[in-house]
Amino acid sequence: MGLLVLLPLLIPFVTAALALLFWRRHRVQRALGLVGSVGLLLSALVLLVVVWRDGIQVVQLGNWPAPFGITFVADLFSGIMTVLGGIIAVAVVIYSHASVDRLRERFGYYPLLLFLMMGISGSFLTGDIFNLYVWFEVMLMASFVLVAMGNERAQLEGALKYVTINLVSSAIFLTAIGILYGISGTLNMAQLSVQLSQSQQPQMVTVVAMLFLIAFGIKAALFPLFFWLPASYPVAPVAITALFAGLLTKVGVYALIRVFTLLFVQDIGYTHALLLLLAALTMITGVLGAASQNEIRRILSFHIISQIGYMVMGLALFTPLALAGAIFYIIHHIIVKANLFLIGGVVQRLEGSYYLKDLGGLYRSHFGLAVLFLIPAMSLAGIPPLSGFWAKFTLIRASLEENQPVIALVALVVSLLTLFSMTKIWAEVFWKDRPETTPEPAPLSPSARLQLLLPIIALAAITVVIGLMAEPVFILASQAANQLLSPVEYVTAVLGGTP
Amino acid sequence: MKATEKRHAAQSLILLTATRYLVPILLLFSLFLLTRGHNEPGGGFVGGLVAGAAFALYALAHTVHQARLLLRFPPRTLIGTGLLIAVGSGLVALLFQRPFMTGIWSAVELPIFGKLGTPGIFDIGVYIAVLGVILQIIFELMEE
Repeated sequence: MGLLVLLPLLIPFVTAALALLFWRRHRVQRALGLVGSVGLLLSALVLLVVVWRDGIQVVQLGNWPAPFGITFVADLFSGIMTVLGGIIAVAVVIYSHASVDRLRERFGYYPLLLFLMMGISGSFLTGDIFNLYVWFEVMLMASFVLVAMGNERAQLEGALKYVTINLVSSAIFLTAIGILYGISGTLNMAQLSVQLSQSQQPQMVTVVAMLFLIAFGIKAALFPLFFWLPASYPVAPVAITALFAGLLTKVGVYALIRVFTLLFVQDIGYTHALLLLLAALTMITGVLGAASQNEIRRILSFHIISQIGYMVMGLALFTPLALAGAIFYIIHHIIVKANLFLIGGVVQRLEGSYYLKDLGGLYRSHFGLAVLFLIPAMSLAGIPPLSGFWAKFTLIRASLEENQPVIALVALVVSLLTLFSMTKIWAEVFWKDRPETTPEPAPLSPSARLQLLLPIIALAAITVVIGLMAEPVFILASQAANQLLSPVEYVTAVLGGTP
Repeated sequence: MKATEKRHAAQSLILLTATRYLVPILLLFSLFLLTRGHNEPGGGFVGGLVAGAAFALYALAHTVHQARLLLRFPPRTLIGTGLLIAVGSGLVALLFQRPFMTGIWSAVELPIFGKLGTPGIFDIGVYIAVLGVILQIIFELMEE
């Protein structure tokens, strides 16, 4: 039974290794990319169902008992995140078939993508803090190459910023793990949770918590550590940007939520109040940054930042409702944000530009695409009945229940400004007349059209379904939140009844 | 013609002669490290590094092309094969109803290698994968 928890890691790993063996066969590589990502999605779905039915699933790797060996744990939150990873992976692989050039495919695009997915699933499923570091590194190695691949000047500049800031983050993360190990003598997250709650040095624990906050804050692009994101995300091929935008920063958010619910809950008055402040500032700076941009990918990149603020806001409020809201927000955001980037890629493919001033008239020439854009865009801004509305509604309600009207106000204003940004793209790209200088749109071949539009339609459909049937998703999110808020369940599942 | 000139310029008699003795010794040493790795310092990773050094030395003394011929497989294939062997060794445990990566030992004891078991196979996988990674990087850089 234990294999199930590991399948979301093993499937991408094995397919990536096979793709290395078939280096010159680019059809085989594409097929392996698809097999790997579909396998990841299916295994993650089965895992989520099993966790929902039977409770938290645990594997002790190599049969070494819990605090000594490496443990893999799947609770509902990890399960949800892994499924989301699978959905985006499948969408991006199909989209890549039509949008990534031969050169990149020849230099191992698909194996790298699969290794990246392995790193992401590993981060979600590990129950060992050092192992989490290892998965972060796996993920970063693959993403470094994916950002830099292609050797264009702008790409190398973006990649350099990305690599540098992430290495700094890794160094801080590693330092924090070292100190944590020094305080508690263990790396197993379940045992850490027990040890830290009885720690003799609460100040030291808070110091470590702050180091983790900085390390994960960089990965998650939290204020004031977000500056690398708009500089590096837009330079990669758009399929890759969509994957990064959907998943990579959310791995940072996942890690934040994990450590600030399981490990660092001794001094909530300090740590979570700080998180709330950072959440508000992240939301505001992100959305203001977006307002000043006029390139689709850069606008969307700044919006990632402001959205991260909402998720961290849910964590900072630290009530069952707020955490459920944060998880709901992550579900909604990953799907919507990846989709917006994919649509941006199609616009560029048709019109040859990402700059708003070069674009226009797509409403008339591509009505379907305009509708497909409108769904995730309005969802991002939080228009009912789409998924974003429920996510924001839950968070704002949670903040009002906690007597935090300021953060509720910030969240409302920011979502208004998000609407402004989305209507800006809408008006410029779809509504206004085509600028005369722009060359005629390049027609897409039927197969490319299918491969580009299929993932977009599927993701838009998921957004609508989440919006219309918010209740089951919300129940799932609130169950996951309850699990996060009662670490005892996690601890007993891992350590086996003797915490 | 240019290729042969370049070859002559790069070849030093001392290096060539030394390589002839060093490469087999290094490869043997790497296997020695691989086999003792379970309980003593050594293992697949170090073994793979040393084996990589042997091929890199050969490439320096002769040419990268010759070293590739000596290796017979492209380094990338080695990486893939090594990774698959390592994962496969972990999966064996599942046949015995144990968690992934549990060491399964047989009763057979070989003179040098020691007891046969899946951790040994895992180490062999690591050895091959590391050799592949090292040579992938070194060959690529030397050909620039």
